[in-house]
Amino acid sequence: MLFNLSIKNLSLAIVLLPLLGAIIAGFWGKQLGRTWTHRITILLVGLSFFVSALVCKALFYDHMDGYYGTIYTWAISGGFHFDVGFMIDHLTALMMITVTFISFLVHIYSIGYMEDDKGYQRFFSYISLFTFMMLMLVTANNFMQLYFGWEGVGLVSYLLIGFWFHRESANVGSLKAFIVNRIGDMGFILGIAAILTYFGSMDYLTVFKAAPHLANATMTILPGVHWNVMTLTCLLLFVGAMGKSAQIPLHVWLPESMEGPTPISALIHAATMVTAGVFMVARMSPMFELSQTALSTIIVIGGAGALFTGLLGLVQDDIKRVVAYSTLSQLGYMMVGMGASAFSAGIFHLMTHASFKALLFLAAGSVIVCMHHDQDMRNMGNLKKYMPITYIAFLIGALSLSAIPPFAGFYSKDAIIDAAHLSIIPGAHFAYFCVLLGTFVTGLYSFRAFFMTFHTNERMTEYTRQSLKESPWVIWLPLVILAIPSVLLGCMLAGPMLYSQTGLLGNSVYVAPQYNVLQTMSLDWHGALAMFEHSIYSPAFWFGASGVVTAWLCYVVYPAIPGFFKRHFAWAYFILLNKYGFDAFNERVFAQGSVGLGRWLFYTADAKFIDDFFVNGSGRSAAWFSKVLGRSQSGYLYHYALAMILGLLVLLIVFLLI
Amino acid sequence: MAHIPLLSLLIWLPIVGSFAVMLTRNDTHKQTARFIAVVISVISLLLCVPLYLNFDTSTALMQFREHLPWIANYGINYDLGVDGISMPMIVLTTLTSLVVILAALRSIKVKIAQYLAAFLLLQGMMVGVFAALDSILFYVFWEGMLIPMYLCIGVWGMENRSYASIKFFLYTFLGSALMLIALIYLGLNSTSFSILSFYALPLTKSMQTWIFFGFLLAFAVKIPMWPVHTWLPDAHTEAPAGGSVVLAALMLKMGVYGFFRFSLPIVPDACRQFQWLMIILSLIAIVYIGFVAIAQTDMKKLIAYSSISHMGFATLGSFMIYEIVRNTGNFRDAYVSLEGAMVQMISHAFSTGAMFFGIGVLYDRLHSRMIKDFGGVAHSMPVFAAFFMLFAMSNVGLPGTSGFVGEFMIIISAFKANIWITFFAASTLIIGATYTLWLYKRVFFGPAVNEKIAALKDISGVEIAIFVILAIPVIFLGVYPQPLLKVFHASVAQILYLSQMTKLG
Repeated sequence: MLFNLSIKNLSLAIVLLPLLGAIIAGFWGKQLGRTWTHRITILLVGLSFFVSALVCKALFYDHMDGYYGTIYTWAISGGFHFDVGFMIDHLTALMMITVTFISFLVHIYSIGYMEDDKGYQRFFSYISLFTFMMLMLVTANNFMQLYFGWEGVGLVSYLLIGFWFHRESANVGSLKAFIVNRIGDMGFILGIAAILTYFGSMDYLTVFKAAPHLANATMTILPGVHWNVMTLTCLLLFVGAMGKSAQIPLHVWLPESMEGPTPISALIHAATMVTAGVFMVARMSPMFELSQTALSTIIVIGGAGALFTGLLGLVQDDIKRVVAYSTLSQLGYMMVGMGASAFSAGIFHLMTHASFKALLFLAAGSVIVCMHHDQDMRNMGNLKKYMPITYIAFLIGALSLSAIPPFAGFYSKDAIIDAAHLSIIPGAHFAYFCVLLGTFVTGLYSFRAFFMTFHTNERMTEYTRQSLKESPWVIWLPLVILAIPSVLLGCMLAGPMLYSQTGLLGNSVYVAPQYNVLQTMSLDWHGALAMFEHSIYSPAFWFGASGVVTAWLCYVVYPAIPGFFKRHFAWAYFILLNKYGFDAFNERVFAQGSVGLGRWLFYTADAKFIDDFFVNGSGRSAAWFSKVLGRSQSGYLYHYALAMILGLLVLLIVFLLI
Repeated sequence: MAHIPLLSLLIWLPIVGSFAVMLTRNDTHKQTARFIAVVISVISLLLCVPLYLNFDTSTALMQFREHLPWIANYGINYDLGVDGISMPMIVLTTLTSLVVILAALRSIKVKIAQYLAAFLLLQGMMVGVFAALDSILFYVFWEGMLIPMYLCIGVWGMENRSYASIKFFLYTFLGSALMLIALIYLGLNSTSFSILSFYALPLTKSMQTWIFFGFLLAFAVKIPMWPVHTWLPDAHTEAPAGGSVVLAALMLKMGVYGFFRFSLPIVPDACRQFQWLMIILSLIAIVYIGFVAIAQTDMKKLIAYSSISHMGFATLGSFMIYEIVRNTGNFRDAYVSLEGAMVQMISHAFSTGAMFFGIGVLYDRLHSRMIKDFGGVAHSMPVFAAFFMLFAMSNVGLPGTSGFVGEFMIIISAFKANIWITFFAASTLIIGATYTLWLYKRVFFGPAVNEKIAALKDISGVEIAIFVILAIPVIFLGVYPQPLLKVFHASVAQILYLSQMTKLG
């Protein structure tokens, strides 16, 4: 058979179709023209989505086995095989369908959003390329390919943040994103090196199988300082996840990534790439479960991110920045899920978040298009009158984000909060406090943005007001489609994903028996409907709902309240506005510091010391020496005679002494 | 094919050709000179096809051997041959020379015949260095190639060319003097001046130390390693684009090639004893020089420093092997590191060569190398910007490009030597990204800073062809390095084996 529809070939098609689209759009975009470029890329990504659905069906309904194997051998060196291969299991299948689904919708949306842009074809080429890279990342069966996808998505993210490269802010943002990610990647590659050193392989299965045997191995970091190998490896890998998934303190790049076009904020900086770190931790669960220190670190950093980056969303006036800070906060939630060993809950939140956050971003994009690329919420207000579809879409997204039942976000977020509550990992109490309070904050900033944008009085200029209208169908259709999973995904998947015997993730993740919080939680599970009915007993609901109500009070009923807080708690406002000082610190210490160090090394060490003192210095000494020698060749007989006599004397004295 | 002396042809065809080009004289017969030069370099490249196809990757023995007595009384012969280490370097040399000659067609306006002749001569000499199996023959080519390069910088260079060319010449010439003494010592104590006969020569520890440092000075200057690197930025900035390309892509590689061909197999005990020194110098190159690159204001200097930093990986990979074997007791682990050093050399040639060529493209149009004079080039030269992005990404070691392969192999195997070596080596991920992408941002992004930049013409014709020639290996090696590694395997294994022997007993 020419086309053998095995899981392997289907997966190859899923991965390669977007690459084909990227190549066609990249090389022949100009010749094809705009229409054909978007038609071809959308068709190919759509096909990729369709095939992902086929793979999901095969895995989840027909209970077929996945695929684990090599596609081709990249290199062999010293007996080590570096392969490119696939690991298609439940976790991969869920990631593939999430990525291709969002990507497909974002492709369609971009027809409208990028309509007048000069780089139309380039844009489609980039987002298709991104889809390819992301798929390479999730399908990898070894650490090298994971790293390939990891860096690949970073590259496309860099290119897309700086897509409008005539804007200085976009260029600064993209450079910052790349470099901060590289800090994470440095940890990541050290982790990979540790894995190759201690496991002798980069294949997932080989490594996972060997992991329990190395649980207690130690290595010497400095003379006398021994570290547990598993802890060190996991922490190094997690540094990579901190970069990609924007965890504190490597979160600084994500808000600036908003300089890119909105469709990519939805695709890359909300739904897919930034969740790669979460995916990676879940994928490496057989290793992370062996190190309590690593899990503890994850839950504390995740928890801190969930609360503190959420607070920053409260003082932003740029609609995209609010959504960006909410992404940071939600990534923190996912990490808390990972740290609590509730991997299914974390991945579940990843999926629901992908839908509702993409929805929020695309809805925000719709608003931005309508407002002629003004993103300041202070210039908006009462847009519900002009764009009803976007209004409803944003509302659904915000409700889902704020964990209001029965929307999707409620189920996943509630599971994470419960898991943090039950977890016995050190630091879980702190994380529980953070995620709970964070839910209130989420409700507050989401609905602050919602009310400021769609309700309240109209603050835009008269000129803008006259042209306000609902966006074209290519923009609102993806919103409508995304609204469906944002509502339904939670109640549909909560049961099979979290609480059934094997779970939707099946054997893809490993949970050590002592950390299995989800099993404890499943005892209280009586179906999605029951959970909805009992949501009044759920703290997530109360905290989320009170956030929403507070926002309503502050921004609709008594608009004076925020001003009151701003005046009397100016210090808090100042701290939040300056983002806890991370940016200033990085700018002063790291950015200026390394340039300063470079200058010193160049102008002082290299130019003055080595070059001037030694190199030219030896040139000068040679010149001086030759001058001295030259002077001795004076041509006067008495000079030579004197030299001869002196020489004779010296020789005589030497002989006499011996 | 065995009866055709391929290696001799590859050496002498361009050298003879260079005289033919010279005969066209002055600038009256420019077209003839261009025609002859291109034809000769294309033929040379075609000669590499049978060299590659008939190469047996299963053996570490020298192939395509040629042997003629030269100064028979002293055991000095015209002895040529290639193995898996030198064969790729020869292909690289002919390919790079073709690129340089193509680039010259457009950008060199004065004394073009002489310029082309110099590069043909250089090509022949460099192939000679890689093919020579007799140490004196090696030395002749090694020093011989300085002359055309010296002329190239001195005649077609920029304002400060005379300082740079003298500095270049003296630095490299002085470096090689001690090597000559070492070679003569070895030759007199061995049966002949054949390099291979040195491999079996027993040497005392102190003698090995002397020879090691004799070689080190010669090779370290060429690579260049910190602290004898200061000639390179000057030479690069003053050299014409073609000179920079050859310097970066080929001449720097000769130092590492020297370590592979001479230091590791001939004085293994001294290498083991001084591996710490080599590792520290390599790490200084990677980190210190990386920071220096950040501070540069001249594009060519920036790439020059980046070059030194990248060559630090090649030397690190070459000398880390002792520490790895000591820790793991396993040759296999060290093998990745040594092979990574080879890959790094080849890959660096393409990406850095291409970036120097790219800066040449900009210089041809605006006559400036200063970063501050640029900004927003991507608006008027989108195709050029796309190519440059590819090479910049290879320079920062992005997976999928050739720059990743060597760095990755060296970083992951460094962990077996010492976690801190890995740490400092891996810092290039951040430092390299910083200087490369910051350069890219300042030159290509932003609004077009003046009318001249807004009016720039995008690359076309020959320029695109050159970038394509360089882009293909960058991507191919990134996606599928196995064919290249296969060529290295047997010979790297042999070098590794020799480097782990002792010559004391």
